[in-house]
Amino acid sequence: MDARVSGIAPETTAVAPTGLAVPPERRRVVLSPINRRRWQNFKRNRRGFWSLWIFLTLFVISLFAEVIANDKPFLITLNGKPFFPAVVSYPETAFGGEFETAADYRDPYLQKLIADKGGSIWWPLIRYSYDTHNLDLPTPAPSPPTWRLTEAQCKAVVERKGLKSCRDLEYNWLGSDDQTRDVVARLIYGFRVSVLFGLILTIISSIIGVAAGAVQGYFGGWTDLLFQRVIEIWTSVPSLYLLLIISSVLVPGFFVLLGILLLFSWVSLVGLVRAEFLRGRNFEYIQAARALGVSNRVIMFRHLLPNAMVATLTFLPFILSSSVMTLTALDFLGFGLPPGSPSLGELLSQGKANIQAPWLGLTGFFSVAIMLSLLIFIGEAVRDAFDPRKTFR
Amino acid sequence: MNDSNASTLLSVDELSVAFRHASSELLAVDRISFDIKKGETVALVGESGSGKSVTALSVMKLLPYPAASHPSGRVVFKGQELLQLAEHQIRHVRGNDISIIFQEPMSSLNPLHTIERQIGEVLMLHRGLTGTAARARTLELLTQVGIPDPAARLASYPHQLSGGQRQRVMIAMALANEPDLLIADEPTTALDVTVQAQILKLLKDLQTKLGMAMLFITHDLGIVRKLADRVCVMSRGKIVEQGPVEHVYTAPEHPYTRQLLAAEPKGQPPALNPAAPVVVSTDDLKVWFPIKRGVMRRTVGHIKAVDGVSIELHRGETLGVVGESGSGKTTLGLAILRLVSSNGPIVFLGHALQGLRFKQMRPHRREMQIVFQDPFGSLSPRMSVADIVGEGLGVHHPGMTRHECDERVVRALNDVGLDPETRFRYPHEFSGGQRQRIAVARAVVLEPTFVVLDEPTSALDMLIQAQIVDLLRDLQRRRDLTYMFISHDLKVVAALASRLIVMRDGKVVEAGAAADVFRNPKSDYTRALFAAAFSLETAPEGVVSQ
Repeated sequence: MDARVSGIAPETTAVAPTGLAVPPERRRVVLSPINRRRWQNFKRNRRGFWSLWIFLTLFVISLFAEVIANDKPFLITLNGKPFFPAVVSYPETAFGGEFETAADYRDPYLQKLIADKGGSIWWPLIRYSYDTHNLDLPTPAPSPPTWRLTEAQCKAVVERKGLKSCRDLEYNWLGSDDQTRDVVARLIYGFRVSVLFGLILTIISSIIGVAAGAVQGYFGGWTDLLFQRVIEIWTSVPSLYLLLIISSVLVPGFFVLLGILLLFSWVSLVGLVRAEFLRGRNFEYIQAARALGVSNRVIMFRHLLPNAMVATLTFLPFILSSSVMTLTALDFLGFGLPPGSPSLGELLSQGKANIQAPWLGLTGFFSVAIMLSLLIFIGEAVRDAFDPRKTFR
Repeated sequence: MNDSNASTLLSVDELSVAFRHASSELLAVDRISFDIKKGETVALVGESGSGKSVTALSVMKLLPYPAASHPSGRVVFKGQELLQLAEHQIRHVRGNDISIIFQEPMSSLNPLHTIERQIGEVLMLHRGLTGTAARARTLELLTQVGIPDPAARLASYPHQLSGGQRQRVMIAMALANEPDLLIADEPTTALDVTVQAQILKLLKDLQTKLGMAMLFITHDLGIVRKLADRVCVMSRGKIVEQGPVEHVYTAPEHPYTRQLLAAEPKGQPPALNPAAPVVVSTDDLKVWFPIKRGVMRRTVGHIKAVDGVSIELHRGETLGVVGESGSGKTTLGLAILRLVSSNGPIVFLGHALQGLRFKQMRPHRREMQIVFQDPFGSLSPRMSVADIVGEGLGVHHPGMTRHECDERVVRALNDVGLDPETRFRYPHEFSGGQRQRIAVARAVVLEPTFVVLDEPTSALDMLIQAQIVDLLRDLQRRRDLTYMFISHDLKVVAALASRLIVMRDGKVVEAGAAADVFRNPKSDYTRALFAAAFSLETAPEGVVSQ
């Protein structure tokens, strides 16, 4: 007993002195000592810490996918006027073309038109979007990465475009898929969709799960009993088959899919939160709050929820990775996002269909494997951070 | 003190224990030295956090290494340097030459194993005894520790035994291999006073019979005087004084020891005042928990936690409620506050409370408050002190501005003797005594009439206990409060209560003015309780639980 108490005795923190006349300072901006200890523990797990940074960097970069990989330049200056094709849709006539249709900036004709008028075009790093078809592929699609092409393979295109060698072509760094689309561009967009989808699914299902668990655990008795039986029946529904059936009836889109997956993913946290609330509702400070006449809702939010949050937060990275995995699996089976949308699962299934084009399968495999590994490493570090008994040698 | 006498069994020399916490080291035990001779009882006393238990655990090498380390010191047991032993070597010492009994008999036994199997395991590990030999020795041990009908108890599981019996089984396990040294780490703290007296007597008897030495860790000075030959007083990881018990008690040298010895709860309880208005009264109050059996969950009987209790309490008085654990003291308190459902009228300040719903109760809650036993469990760890104390104000005075609220909180904290500047800190930054003050502040900030104090001093050290008792009495006088003081600690009750009820199995055994009951107890049970509490004497069989 003594050992434990003195072992984790927290150092006293400096408190901003507040005079009686000064209105009270309600919230401290600095982290509370316990959270600071958690952050230290998290940082102590080097692998998880670096994984978090790598993952965040990748995610933030992918959020700006439109200015990294796009078939529309982000800036065109023409006659001293700026155009932003990446965000605004201009007709071809705006640049002196003949048609009222939206401009195709990859068209050499339009590029030449702008150059002749003394305008300049600012392209993103990669000049393909996820749905851009590369019309100048040197080989039949899927085409290998440009840097692996032999001169013989790209001779035809090089001659047609009047270039000197293969190396002057517009690069497909990871090759193209079987519909002549650039794999890198699809990867960036696909990563973004996967993570965003996973995050939204995780957050919404956590909110529902925590609320359901909280109600069950706090009220106990018949509420708990009924709710649990309902959940047991619900979880014994073969969800994958049901997903397949529903997604063949409804037109699958981002939000339809989110809704369908949500039907089954919210239960994952219920048991955990229910147990925390069951344990917590008999704490003396809950009794004390009840003796003060504090209402049930306030007790649940103010006193019990923070306790349950530790267990919930520990689970979140793992729920996130399983959400990402579910979406990838559905895409792989062809029941996921609508055809044409960028997705890692679809990339994997293309890799499976085109064994002769290993760059598809390998890219898909490595991106999914690395993303999930990063999430699991982060999850491990979060678990360490919330473990009160964790000591590092 | 460090005579290398041949009779010295254990010699602790300049021992330090450090715990690593984040990047800093925390010294829990600071260069302490003491010896234990064969057959001698040495007591380690001190407040919680003074390093008593850590010292005991490091003798057995049971600390959480590598978080714990020993910057200095040696522990020599029968010429063997224990700290240098490898894990497989120390295992031969543990449970064989040195054994230990812990505080909590509830969690020290494996709930899934029978008594026979638990004791048999020790015998098998160290002596290789199995089958009938082990069973015979187990029976012998159970007889030795005074378990009634030992043969029938062999097949029992821990939950079928009472707390005292469990502690007896723990002692039997510790004695199984006739150790030379028994370490007892607060073995009676979790037990009732009556059971405590029995266990202490048992330990004393066994020690004389088996001739073993004992290292007894406790915070209770009464036990030390009764049991130990020599005493080491620990404070903040250091031994500030050691010597023969009689000497230390009659002529304490160190100021800390003097303080400790003087820290009995003192003072006069408030006078009885039958003329004052009645604050709370109950008539034949019952809390029965149904026992349900079978598929249809039919009610086949009741656990009568509170069974027909009638009290009447006048303004400014303190009602002491005493009894063993499980006698229904706490349930009675909760029932009066309508925190558990009950039967029978409760009249509070002229209002009948029985049958009111949660919302209807709310206006009355301002006048009735409760302070709990555990100062660590009763404060939400994630709220600042200002938020904890001010929570009730938000419920009962929703119109109050933040500034007024803050003023009330500051006043309450001043009243309980805490610096109001500390109100933005979190509970874990406070010591046990300070936390209990915060809990009291939370109760009085609403300026209630009636406060239920549910063992508010039981989890605190002696020094702090006396302070809290003074604080409570002071508050009562200044604010004209009415208390219901629930405790098993009769010394504290004697200092606070003007009326007393003695409870057993949900029923009131004896009631009356506190002074009368203490001077002239009428029932056998009350007498046994007082004997156990004030002089650690055991009662004749059958009067109290075993």
